[in-house]
Amino acid sequence: MRNAFADEMTRLCAGNQKPVLLSGDIGNRLFDKLKEAAPDQFLNCGVAEANMIGVAAGLAMSGYRPFAYTIVPFITTRVLEQIRVDLCYHNVPATVVGVGGGLSYAALGPTHHALEDLALLRVLPNMSVLCPGDALEVRACLKAAMRHDGPLYIRLGKKGEPVVHQSEPVISIGGSLTLRKGSDCTILAVGNLLPEAMKAADLLAERKIDAGVVSLVSVKPLDGEMLTRSFASSKLLISLEEHSVAGGAGSAILEWISDHDPSAMTKFMRIATPDAFYTQSGKQSYARQQLGLDAVSVARKIADRLG
Amino acid sequence: MDLTHIRQIARELRGTVIELTHEAKPAHLASALSCIDILAVLYWSVLRIDPAKPLAEDRDRFILSKGHAALALYSVLAKRGFCSDETLRTFNNNGGKLAEHPGPQCIPGVEAATGSLGHGLPIGNGLALAARLAGRDNRTFVLLSDGECNEGSVWEAAMFAGKQKLDNLCAIVDFNKWQATGRSQEILALDPLPEKWQAFGWETVRLDGHDLGVLHAALTELPRRSGKPLAIIADTVKGKGVSFMEDDNNWHYRVPTREETDAAKRELGLVH
Repeated sequence: MRNAFADEMTRLCAGNQKPVLLSGDIGNRLFDKLKEAAPDQFLNCGVAEANMIGVAAGLAMSGYRPFAYTIVPFITTRVLEQIRVDLCYHNVPATVVGVGGGLSYAALGPTHHALEDLALLRVLPNMSVLCPGDALEVRACLKAAMRHDGPLYIRLGKKGEPVVHQSEPVISIGGSLTLRKGSDCTILAVGNLLPEAMKAADLLAERKIDAGVVSLVSVKPLDGEMLTRSFASSKLLISLEEHSVAGGAGSAILEWISDHDPSAMTKFMRIATPDAFYTQSGKQSYARQQLGLDAVSVARKIADRLG
Repeated sequence: MDLTHIRQIARELRGTVIELTHEAKPAHLASALSCIDILAVLYWSVLRIDPAKPLAEDRDRFILSKGHAALALYSVLAKRGFCSDETLRTFNNNGGKLAEHPGPQCIPGVEAATGSLGHGLPIGNGLALAARLAGRDNRTFVLLSDGECNEGSVWEAAMFAGKQKLDNLCAIVDFNKWQATGRSQEILALDPLPEKWQAFGWETVRLDGHDLGVLHAALTELPRRSGKPLAIIADTVKGKGVSFMEDDNNWHYRVPTREETDAAKRELGLVH
């Protein structure tokens, strides 16, 4: 996703002076092409994220389209108040881009894990939250950001994730993408767990369970039409996210159920990380297995629930 | 430049701020009084602004980063024609637009929402950078308090402006030597304040923040020949203009009684 982000930003900047990429001193060489194509539209803001968000606000107030980019915890929890006041209160078209969503940087330890960002960002007024599920969704999200008139958070994974889509989809803020229809259940996959959801659906098919998969690209606002449709046609909806069970996309859907369709409560289950720091060393794939977020665990949990 | 005129405006602004504090009972009267002269010089002799076109692209920008002095800014904007006196008098009323800290574009002329300290200079960096990118020669002025310089984001912003050589940016520190609960030079290691800004890559001027002529001379000369952003460390007196409020930090929160309000206005020569 990271490489797609850099490449798409380069394309957006070529021939359009409005987008400006601000980096918190990461992405060594990642943005070389952008710097070459549009040298004025890249700024290394240093390891100074509070200032970077303020700079983004000032640029956006002046008609530019800033994208402020660094690792999730440093561009979200660390500068939450800057995002709240400078971007959301002013309601300016600035995009906060976090790399390393969920446990992408599992090996780096809890300082670099991103399991609370969706909870914190989605409660901010005026803020929209997008979680692309593969490299093609990343490109589409950036295009959506250029069309959007308010603050936006885009949560990336890292690099080298499987590409799920055949071609670049069109993403709207408040929309979702249906990748596979299923009559028994539908997995609402958030961001970088989309490939695991697809694998889980395959595993469920082996057990004669017909599982659909939706990429829940827009965590805020939610795609209410899709939820209404899915609850009407599925026996079970499952939110799947590499994020704490407290406050994430699953919680957002519970709020939606409470407000729109309380009877749907029995048809919904959440799969997320526990409300705890994950303190073991090791890779993302290992962490997912430990926390029950890998395709095998996901398929088993869903099959158990469906009986 | 007619200093006498600006001096009279500053006196009247002080009267307005004191009267409205008495009526609407916000905190931060003394913080508003310490920066009145700086605001008067900016709004009546420095800023290229037009109340009829408050969003003109090429306007100079001013951010009151010490948002707790909002009443001073509102009074200035009303007197300068950005809003009516009627609107000003709704300050702190139920259902009004003018809260104790300014919201975004709550009235024309308010460039940024402030009140949480340490936000104005980073936003000012963005505004100054945008002007440079667009090839416009408008300037950005940000007024900070000395207590605000406790915030780490101020120094992040100072390093950024220094590195980017934002010579269209001016930070003014209203150095009234007090913050909420004590002397600003004692609560954290604020000294040496001008040298700190200088070390962060800024051209730094220390001056008397109540000397209108000196303020005018320093503020009009932007950009500087050095090509650096300009930091003005303005020595001021908290509660300036009213003898029984000057340098008394109780007036950070106190609201004057009717008698105190009248006495203050008499001292300012506004009533006889």
